[in-house]
Amino acid sequence: MSTGALAGLSLGTLSCTQVRIEEFLQKHFREMSEDEKKAVIRRLEERYAKKYGRKVQISKQPAEAGALWGYGLDLSRCIGCRRCVYACVEENNQSRAKPQLQWIRVIRLKKGSLINLENAEHYYNPETVPEPGFMYMPVQCQQCENPPCVRVCPVKATWTEPDGIVVVDYNWCIGCRYCMAACPYKGRVFNWAEPNLPAAELNSEVHYLGNRPRMKNVVEKCTFCVQRVRQGRYPACVEICPTGTRKFGNLLDPNSEIRYLIEKKRVFRLKEDLNTEPRFYYFFSA
Amino acid sequence: MKMVLLIISVLSIGFGLPASAAQHDEYPVASPPFSEGIFPCSNCHAGLSLNTKKRALKDEHASIKLHHAEKERWCLDCHHARNRDKLKLADGEIINFTESYRLCGQCHGNIYRDWRAGIHGKRVGSFKGGKRTYFLCVHCHNPHDPKFKPLKPEPPPNKPDPKHGR
Repeated sequence: MSTGALAGLSLGTLSCTQVRIEEFLQKHFREMSEDEKKAVIRRLEERYAKKYGRKVQISKQPAEAGALWGYGLDLSRCIGCRRCVYACVEENNQSRAKPQLQWIRVIRLKKGSLINLENAEHYYNPETVPEPGFMYMPVQCQQCENPPCVRVCPVKATWTEPDGIVVVDYNWCIGCRYCMAACPYKGRVFNWAEPNLPAAELNSEVHYLGNRPRMKNVVEKCTFCVQRVRQGRYPACVEICPTGTRKFGNLLDPNSEIRYLIEKKRVFRLKEDLNTEPRFYYFFSA
Repeated sequence: MKMVLLIISVLSIGFGLPASAAQHDEYPVASPPFSEGIFPCSNCHAGLSLNTKKRALKDEHASIKLHHAEKERWCLDCHHARNRDKLKLADGEIINFTESYRLCGQCHGNIYRDWRAGIHGKRVGSFKGGKRTYFLCVHCHNPHDPKFKPLKPEPPPNKPDPKHGR
């Protein structure tokens, strides 16, 4: 009996097209051969073209040797304007509403009690920012060196790439959300319903492990814009920030911006005591 | 004694030169954010007589309210009096508007150092391989009134629906 027929049997009463069978039998991304990856990408591109009426290019560009990405965020500059939140949503094809998914959460803290996260507020909405007496702290996936989310995944659908980016194979994710429970940074969000991404707003330059359109019942997260940084471009949140709060670079390059700030500025990592070893450095430039 | 001093000063000039030359690296900056139609300044100023008296401007540039150590300085401390399309450093050196970071760096030395390292300010484009553009100080700070102005924030995330799950 062929594998196709087997799959047909196991899916039982589901109406099975050839594509569905192929999708059901799709391997884990890291176990695919180059040919299998190509076939999967071709199938996905066809599906996206049909769904969004646009040509989508899916990259599978691997991590380059000698790169370990690190992020710096200047807490003495952030004004809490949330430009980064929406630039991220547009770049990374998140569901816009119902469910509304955002990978960056900007929290507002009272000045003088920075570490008191219990009093953090992320629904703040004044006429203008910054507000006197407050400071702002954007939080997103910290790309931990010791990521609890990866450890708990029962199907290994999420892992750390050689350049330090924690990614998800959306086709392998079973939607159990253990990773969301394990993450101490609320760095992951879940597609509780079919994502709502208007075709006109689709960003068609995507990466298989990053911003390709997702489906219902999968977890997603910040990838430092894997589709951009592997081409040597800054992440979307870095480029949009009106105050130059966000810094990015290669931790292994002694001349990079990130190394400069780690060596010269007052730096801390969020919830360092949890031993997650984030590659996301908050710092104070002033 | 004089001889020793002379030797020391010659040496220090000799060592000082390469260091100061290194500070004058050019950076791939975006073009300065001039108000529309205002540059080159010499278009208007060529026909005007030079008045070096510190005063409030009434006819032109009336919208500029200097709020940047205004008691200590005025236009011609930074703008070159005779060569209007250029800026002027404190030592008299004439520089282009695209090098205005050197002018700002005269007072804001620690920030200038961070800017050159890419920590203060903003860079966009490719950090590796392709073209990278540095923002000038004046892209974010109006040189006449440099304090960063408050912005309207983008909307907060939607609150969970309280009826959900009932």
